[in-house]
Amino acid sequence: MPSVESYLAVRRSEQGLEIDLTGEWRALDLAQIDAALAGVDLANARRVSIRTKDLTALDLSGAWRLRDFVQQARQSGADVQFQGTPPDQLRLVDSTLKGEGPPLCKDEKEYGIGSLTELGLAEIGLYSVREWRDLMAAMAFLGRIFQTAARAVTSVKRLRPISVTRHIYETGITAMPITALIAFLISVIIAYMSAQQLRRFGAEIFVVDLVTIGVLREMGVLLTSIIVAGRSGSAFAAELGSMKLNEEVDALYAIGVDPFEALVLPRLLGLMIALPLLTIVADIIGLMGGALLCRYLLDIPITQYLTRVNEAISPSTFWVGLMKAPVFAMLIGMAGAYRGMQVRDSSRELGRLTTVAVVQAIFLVILADALFAVLFMELGV
Amino acid sequence: MIYPVLEVQGLVNRFGSQVVHDGLNMEVREDEVFGIVGGSGTGKSVLLRSVLGLQRPQAGTIRIEGRDITQMSPAQLNTVKARYGVTFQQGALFSALTVMQNVQLPMLEHLQLSAHERDELAMLKVRLAGLPADAACKFPSQLSGGMIKRAALARALALDPRLLFLDEPTSGLDPISAAEFDELILYLQKQLRLTVVMITHDLDSIFRTCNRVGVIVERRMEVDTLDGIVNNPNPWIQSYFHGERALARLDERAKAKVELHGT
Repeated sequence: MPSVESYLAVRRSEQGLEIDLTGEWRALDLAQIDAALAGVDLANARRVSIRTKDLTALDLSGAWRLRDFVQQARQSGADVQFQGTPPDQLRLVDSTLKGEGPPLCKDEKEYGIGSLTELGLAEIGLYSVREWRDLMAAMAFLGRIFQTAARAVTSVKRLRPISVTRHIYETGITAMPITALIAFLISVIIAYMSAQQLRRFGAEIFVVDLVTIGVLREMGVLLTSIIVAGRSGSAFAAELGSMKLNEEVDALYAIGVDPFEALVLPRLLGLMIALPLLTIVADIIGLMGGALLCRYLLDIPITQYLTRVNEAISPSTFWVGLMKAPVFAMLIGMAGAYRGMQVRDSSRELGRLTTVAVVQAIFLVILADALFAVLFMELGV
Repeated sequence: MIYPVLEVQGLVNRFGSQVVHDGLNMEVREDEVFGIVGGSGTGKSVLLRSVLGLQRPQAGTIRIEGRDITQMSPAQLNTVKARYGVTFQQGALFSALTVMQNVQLPMLEHLQLSAHERDELAMLKVRLAGLPADAACKFPSQLSGGMIKRAALARALALDPRLLFLDEPTSGLDPISAAEFDELILYLQKQLRLTVVMITHDLDSIFRTCNRVGVIVERRMEVDTLDGIVNNPNPWIQSYFHGERALARLDERAKAKVELHGT
């Protein structure tokens, strides 16, 4: 690294300072130039004479720094002169800046009121209005989807079967391995935990009941939905969001294709078909996991497990779980597509809204599941 | 020994079975504006990406100020990257940052400056690129096409590079804005003694700014002065420079020369 001496040399004479600038004054050396200039003692210097003949390079950043130094010297009362003509770059900096300082970029949030309480109240008010508008916009989005769907059911072509198939594949088929694995692990966890408790009462056979009912009614569909929310909810938001940023959505409008019909509806339909199918896979694998654990940990033979399963479930158990799937799919798809279509302006928005989409999808799924639980209990199913 | 600012020798770029460049040579000298021309799909952008060190070519050497960047470690390459500026075709401004913050990003990475100093220096670059002061606080989505190009130029100049790469600087601009942008590039080139390498399709722009031109034909490059390249016998170059628009430009140049000699 070059030392201080490679940028300037200072000689003290009776009249004041003579500064010889040397070497290359470039942006990348600013730190060292700063250090060199800081070492110049301007005190008691009435005259400062700057020589630039030995300067091999002076770029704009270097010139800007030099200009700063000259101003500083003048402020401390020194008479600053250049030997020969001042460097051109200095003039360029002057003429470009025209004495302006950097602008003060205003923060968007300015209410013009002072106290902390007022600020807090304003924040709450702003938040409420924003959330209310968001809710209204979401309702409008929902309405738009139903409107589009009502129009689309009149013809097969408008339902875009090819696109729907693609989304069934992407949200359903490709999610099968991970869904199966998680269903298996969950049933093993339920069986294992309950076996420990029930063993004390000698009621190990009821492990089968717990696994069967737990997986079929709740865990199968709920965990599948959460995985799908993470996978496809985010994918919907990101895909639609980047299409918005790329003006692809505008292009669709311009061609005369309704993006809701071409982009949103196929995704929703695809997901509403895929999620029930995934749930069935999760149910089957979950029951198999239970059987495996019962066989090897609790010594319950497979035949006895199957008989017990038959006794444990009522005809509705499987359907109660499965009928939740399309509703969850609807919620996940809605959250993903709605947030995706909200993306505007920047890639940061895309990231933020994708996050929001996944969080809301999972929240809505769990909320809906709780409502279903209450509903089914009231109905006595 | 004085090295050319940029020297490419025997460059080979291949994607699978598709050969983009096969033994391409070019040399950019100090203080010149070098134009790169070529039909769509002839690998202008691939050439730029190779020269910027964004992708490693299959063969050949690329020397920036005498140092071969194809043999460099990523850390060494980073020191070279701090010495050139580049603007991309669509601007490639960071959409989550204001223009000021965009310009300051390279400074944050490579210089040790206080926030105030960065602001001032960034403002200098913003003004230099011909942007009004109130554009500095705007986000890229709030800028017009011409302003995006200028903001990208301001960012490219952030570290005062000696070498500036421009990828289609005037594409998407109306002829008047394009002419203004060319003037700006020429002005900066002269004032800051920049070496400019620019990819362009814009004939007006070539005739206004370039000293020498390299045309990519048949996976190699034909390099010549503006007057020389116009008389190159290659059919593609002929049809490119002897279209209606090009002929009009040539006429203007000839007239300007006559007037020059006349006085």
